[in-house]
Amino acid sequence: MSSMPRLMQGNEACIEGAIAAGMRFYAGYPITPSTEIAELAAEKLPKVGGKFIQMEDEIASMGAVIGASLAGLKAMTATSGPGFSLKQENIGFACLTEVPCVIVNVQRGGPSTGQPTLPAQGDVMQARWGTHGDHPIIVLSPSYVREVFDLTVRAFNLSEKYRVPCILLMDEVVGHLREKVQLPDPASLKIINRKKPDLSKISHYNPYQDYDGDGIPPMVNFGEGIPYHVTGLIHDITGFPSTKPEVTEYLITRLMRKIYNNIDDIVEYEKHFTEDAETVIVSFGSTARSAIRAVKILRSEGEKVGLIRLKTIWPFPRKAFRELPSTVRNVIVAEMNFGQLIETVEAACEGKFNIFGLNKYNGELMSPDEVIAKVREVNKNA
Amino acid sequence: MRKSLEKYYRIDKLPHIWCPGCGNGIITGALVRAIDNLKLDKDKICIVSGIGCSSRAPGYLNFNTLHTTHGRALAFATGIKLARPELKVIVLTGDGDCAAIGGNHFIHACRRNIDITTIVFNNSIYGMTSGQYSPLTPVGAYATTAPYGNIDRNFDLCKLAEAAGATYVARGTVYHVPQLIKFIEKALLHKGFSVVETISTCPTYFGRKNKLGSPVRMMEMLRDNTVSAKAAEKMSKEELASKIVIGEFAEINAPEYTEEYMKIIKRAQGEE
Ligand SMILES: Cc1ncc(C[n+]2csc(CCOP(=O)(O)OP(=O)(O)O)c2C)c(N)n1
Ligand code: SF4
Ligand SMILES: [Mg+2]
Repeated sequence: MSSMPRLMQGNEACIEGAIAAGMRFYAGYPITPSTEIAELAAEKLPKVGGKFIQMEDEIASMGAVIGASLAGLKAMTATSGPGFSLKQENIGFACLTEVPCVIVNVQRGGPSTGQPTLPAQGDVMQARWGTHGDHPIIVLSPSYVREVFDLTVRAFNLSEKYRVPCILLMDEVVGHLREKVQLPDPASLKIINRKKPDLSKISHYNPYQDYDGDGIPPMVNFGEGIPYHVTGLIHDITGFPSTKPEVTEYLITRLMRKIYNNIDDIVEYEKHFTEDAETVIVSFGSTARSAIRAVKILRSEGEKVGLIRLKTIWPFPRKAFRELPSTVRNVIVAEMNFGQLIETVEAACEGKFNIFGLNKYNGELMSPDEVIAKVREVNKNA
Repeated sequence: MRKSLEKYYRIDKLPHIWCPGCGNGIITGALVRAIDNLKLDKDKICIVSGIGCSSRAPGYLNFNTLHTTHGRALAFATGIKLARPELKVIVLTGDGDCAAIGGNHFIHACRRNIDITTIVFNNSIYGMTSGQYSPLTPVGAYATTAPYGNIDRNFDLCKLAEAAGATYVARGTVYHVPQLIKFIEKALLHKGFSVVETISTCPTYFGRKNKLGSPVRMMEMLRDNTVSAKAAEKMSKEELASKIVIGEFAEINAPEYTEEYMKIIKRAQGEE
C-alpha cells in the first residue's frame, strides 16, 4: 500500500528511497545542505537491521561505502561540494573495480567552502569528470521531492545493474524543499540486485570476466566462499594487475561500453511542449521547476516555447536533441552556474540551433520571471 | 616454503615484485604462519591494503583481498567489518600509508576499537616511490627528500596507537620472527583494534641512502639495536635513544565497535 500523503523534505525522500531500494549501509561525514540525510540514516537504518557509521572524513566515508558494498550490502554516502571533492579518488576506485554504490551530492555554492546554505548547480562537470582518468559514471538529477525518492531507487538499481557508482546530483533547493508527497508501496517497486555468477557453469570464477557478453561481470561478495583479488590498478579478467596494452584497452573499453551500449535504459528526460516549439529550454534540478512554470506562462500567451527536463545528466541524453522538430531555432540552457552543461548541449545540437545560456550564480535560485525574460530576449533577437 | 602453507599463497602470482633482501616477504610469511597456527577459516578472512611495496602483499595471498587507495585501507576495512562482522579483517599497510596519508584513519580506527588487525610494515621509508622520508623515518636519517638529513620528528607509532585507543599494541621486527608470529597470533585473537608494528628492512632505498650495508648487515642491526619492552623500563632516555623497543605495549579489554552496533540495532528495534 502506498503511504499517506505527508509533508516531506527532499533529503528525507532520499533516505526513504534508499531504504526502499535496499540500502543497508551508510557512511558519511556531515555537511550542509546534505546533513539531514546522514541524521535520518542514523535513525532509520538500525531499525531495518542496517548499519550507519559517521566516519572521520569524506575520504573515509567513500572507502567504507565501497568496502561494505564489496561485502554485499547496498551502500551509500551523501555530501556537498567540499566533501564531494574529497570523495573523488575513491569514486574512481569504485568505477575501476566496478563496485556498486550511490553518492548523493546536495549541491551548494562553490568553489571551496563557497556558500553552504545557498543553492547552486556548479558540480555538473565535477560529477562527470571529478575523478581522474577515463571512467564511466551515471548521474541523475531530481527536480521534485517525490522524484528524489524515485531517482534514489533508480540510482541504486542502475548502480547494481551496471556495477558503476551512481551519483544523485541534487541541489540545495530540492534537498531542503518540503512538498506533500505520497510514497509508493515498497512492494510495487522494481528492485534490481547485482548479478551473480552461475557457478554451475563456471569452473573457475574470474571476477572481471564478461561471461554474459554484456560487459558486466557477475559479482561475488566477499565472504561468500570464493576468494578473489580487487585492485585499483588496471587489471585483467582475473583481477590481477597488468600493464599489457591489449588488457588495458580492453578494460577501459568495456567499462565505457557497458554504459554507452545501454544508454536508452539509463537515460531519462521529459519533453514539454516541444512538438511545435521555436525555442526550447533545457534544464534540470530545481531550475527546471522555474523553467516549467515559465513555459506554461509563455504558452498561455501564445509563445512557442518548450522544455527538455533532464533526469539523467550523465551519460548525456543526446537523443533528446536529435528528436527536436525542425520548428526549433533556439535552445536556452538554464543552469545555476556560470555555464557548464551548455557546451555538451551545444555539441549534442550539432550546429542546428542557436544556443543561449541562462546562468545564475549569485546564490539565489532562478525565478520563472528570469526564464521568461530570457526567452523574450532570445525570440526578439534571433 | 612448507607444503602445508602453499594453500595460503597464490603460487601462480610468484615471483613477487620485492627486491632481494626486502623484509616484506618475512612479514607476509609471519602472517601466513600465524593464520595457519590458529587454524582460522581461510574463507572468512579478508585482507586489505593501501598503496606501497608492502601493500602489494595481499595480491600474493589466497584470501578475499582488496588493494585500495593510498592510506585508505582502514576506511575500506571498516566498511567491510561493519557490513559483515563475521569476517576476520586484516589490514597490511606501510609506514607512509599508515602514518602519513592514512594517519587520520589510523587514529580513528584505534579510537573506535573496531575488530581489525593492522600490521604495519615499517621500513622507515617510502619504498614504492623510491626513498622519500616518512613520518616514521628517524630524525637525522637520509632520504631522497631529506638529502641533508631528516628534521621531521618521527612518531612512536605504538604510543600513538595506544593513546588513540587501540586495545592490542605490539612491536616486532623481521629479525625476531618467532616473536613476530606470536604477536600476530595474539593480535588476530584479540577482540578489538590490534596493531603490530613491524620494523622491516628496505635495503634498496633506506639501506642505500643511509649506507647501512648489505641486507644481512641490516638484519644484524635489527638484532643489535633492539631491546625488549621489559629491559627498556630500566634504561635511561639516553640509553634508549638509538634503540628500538620491541614487545607488547597494550592488551586491554574494551567494548568492540561492531558488537556495540549490534546493540544499537536491538535498541532501535525496541528489543532493549
Ligand atoms: C594519493 C596518492 N599519493 C601519492 C601516491 C604515491 N605513493 C605510492 S606508494 C607511496 C609511499 C608508500 O610508502 P609506504 O607506505 O611506507 O610503503 P612502502 O612502499 O615503503 O612499503 C606514495 C607516496 C599515491 N599512490 N597516491
Ligand atoms: S624498494 Fe624497499 S620496500 Fe620496496 S621492495 Fe625494494 S626493498 Fe622492499
Ligand atoms: Mg615504507
